[in-house]
Amino acid sequence: MNLRIFVPRDAGAVAVGADEVALALEQAASKRGVAIDIVRTGSRGLYWLEPMVEVATAQGRVAFGPLTAAEAAAVLDAIVTDGPHPLRLGVTEQIPWLKRQTRLTFARCGVVDPRSIEDYRAHQGYQGLERALELGSDAILAEVTASGLRGRGGAGFPTGIKWKTVAQTRADRKYIVCNADEGDSGTFADRMIMEGDPFVVIEGMTIAAIAVGASKGYIYIRSEYPHAVAAMNAAILSARRAGFLGGSSRSFDLEVRVGAGAYVCGEETSLLESLEGRRGIVRAKPPLPAHKGLFGRPTVINNVLSFAAIPFILAGGAKAYAEFGMGRSRGTMPIQLAGNIRHGGLFETAFGVTLGELVDDIGGGTLTGRPVRAVQVGGPLGAYFPRALFETPFDYEAFAARDGLIGHGGIAVFDDSVDMIRQARFAMEFCAIESCGKCTPCRIGSTRGVETIDKIRAGDRVAENIAVVEDLCNTMKFGSLCALGGFTPYPVMSALRHFREDFDPARTRLEAAE
Amino acid sequence: MTPASEPWDTARGAEIIAEHADLEGATLVILHALQEAFGYVPEPAIPMIASALNLSRAEVHGVFTFYHDFRREPAGRHVLKLCRAEACQAAGGDALVARAEAKLGIGIGNTTADNLTTLEPIYCLGLCATAPSAMLDGRLVGRLDEARIDALVAEAQR
Ligand SMILES: Cc1cc2nc3c(=O)[nH]c(=O)nc-3n(C[C@H](O)[C@H](O)[C@H](O)COP(=O)(O)O)c2cc1C
Ligand code: SF4
Ligand code: FES
Ligand code: FES
Repeated sequence: MNLRIFVPRDAGAVAVGADEVALALEQAASKRGVAIDIVRTGSRGLYWLEPMVEVATAQGRVAFGPLTAAEAAAVLDAIVTDGPHPLRLGVTEQIPWLKRQTRLTFARCGVVDPRSIEDYRAHQGYQGLERALELGSDAILAEVTASGLRGRGGAGFPTGIKWKTVAQTRADRKYIVCNADEGDSGTFADRMIMEGDPFVVIEGMTIAAIAVGASKGYIYIRSEYPHAVAAMNAAILSARRAGFLGGSSRSFDLEVRVGAGAYVCGEETSLLESLEGRRGIVRAKPPLPAHKGLFGRPTVINNVLSFAAIPFILAGGAKAYAEFGMGRSRGTMPIQLAGNIRHGGLFETAFGVTLGELVDDIGGGTLTGRPVRAVQVGGPLGAYFPRALFETPFDYEAFAARDGLIGHGGIAVFDDSVDMIRQARFAMEFCAIESCGKCTPCRIGSTRGVETIDKIRAGDRVAENIAVVEDLCNTMKFGSLCALGGFTPYPVMSALRHFREDFDPARTRLEAAE
Repeated sequence: MTPASEPWDTARGAEIIAEHADLEGATLVILHALQEAFGYVPEPAIPMIASALNLSRAEVHGVFTFYHDFRREPAGRHVLKLCRAEACQAAGGDALVARAEAKLGIGIGNTTADNLTTLEPIYCLGLCATAPSAMLDGRLVGRLDEARIDALVAEAQR
């Protein structure tokens, strides 16, 4: 039998040489007359080990990594002879970093061939849909509500309630929209699952369609993710061919739409405007998208990870999901460890793990080996946390209580070389670049924020200008229509509150003089 | 190298527009398709889109200018995008951006005088666990360091 070797096609693995490794393995195999089948999978999410290849053995899959093309031949020899190799990591599932996780949403990612619907079905795929079809709308809604699932895009709104609102709204047509705009720095879970297990997103959206009575769905993917666009398009085609989408037997069909480089289009109403072919200007609410969404029709709009959690909830039952977690944060969260970090990647675990465990223990501290000084949680609108707050459990309410947010679950780690006044400035600058322009506090306030922070950096009337920044933040927080203007104060104010010394004129002047 | 773009041609433009005009909310799809074919969105295409979709010129122009992706003019022969977002900053990305700017003799957001290289900022490529990250003509590169950025810049100048 041919040796089965698994090499990720995930963009993160490809960016560090996975394609070259796959090619080198092919060449080494043909030179040696060894018959191999290379299966291109998603990533397991252990990014410091990418490109990580696996081989099927009697003990299960055995992993090697991080590989370079130059080492591929030697690794192939070790595989064929079952001999030792310095890059041999042992049985993949036993790697502690993976073994410690609770992979409900990401159970198949990195395991299956994302282009094969047969492989998906061989790994419990479409069992959630099967049960959903038996249950019918009301019981599906009850399951999703009982699971306690909250939107994974950032706001944490209960998914069951959102769906129920759409189900109860009468209309000639309804839509399901998947928010795959994933603009937050430090996040990549949506990208990974679309590339590594696209059918789970399709299945989740299909279940939503049955629950609310929708006929058409859109997946809005940011243009920075061409690999994810290709993976989703391929999966939609094969789901159609297999009779799971479109056609006459099922009335639900899906289409991918590509964004065009606007961060604000991740905001749900801006995204709907963009899907309708317009500028991504945020809409005032009400009306809610659940009542009047895409083309004025009732619309379920959820994050990729929210939809991807649904098949497990239906197949395994709401209770199996809700058993994990703490407080009002039920189930698991695919947490993304990023930035200056030794063991960066995708760590799916029950809510409740502390920030310190995630950064120091699981993440292994910084890649540079210097002390961790700050971590930004939840993307560009999330707060910077100092070490003093590392006991905070990963939970929506606990982060809110500390003037932060978990957002889409990204954690960007910074070492002690970070200059927090620069980070505060960047937050304002980013808001100015990306503002949709509808509200003055966001559009003008952010630009004024940049100017004022520049004055502080220059040592110009520091105390007064810090007060101006605080004032601007207050105005943005309360006078903005959406969370771009409304939450930019989080990174700015947290930098001021927890890292005040970086706003000290003596220090900034010293640096300017260097 | 970026796939060679076709020169603007009204009939070809009209054909591309017609191909997508029946989709719901087709404007972005059409703008993407035009840019894919011509390397930018040629000015004469704007009124053509407007009439195909029954919109005003101003509306289409507004959409075109709202999104960072769409170009008014052709880019350089190579487009090098460097991530400027927080996770890449944490991994030392800013210094690498400065290095690329110095080597190319342009600020980010500009094209070299010989029209070979356009250097652009990008805000997150979703490669934040192997930061800092870049994209050269659609090819992704992670774990950037000085040697890798130098190689990318050299490639982008060919
Ligand atoms: C500026 C801004 C950007 C956002 N970006 C995203 C995004 O990229 N992906 C996402 O799912 N939600 C994003 N959101 C949140 C969405 O508005 C919305 O809450 C979410 O799509 C709802 O889905 P969920 O309930 O499954 O989380 C963003 C919000 C704002 C204000
Ligand atoms: S807060 Fe900013 S991005 Fe949001 S609606 Fe207002 S101007 Fe637009
Ligand atoms: S990456 Fe787009 S938000 Fe920082
Ligand atoms: S922040 Fe640079 S790739 Fe995400």
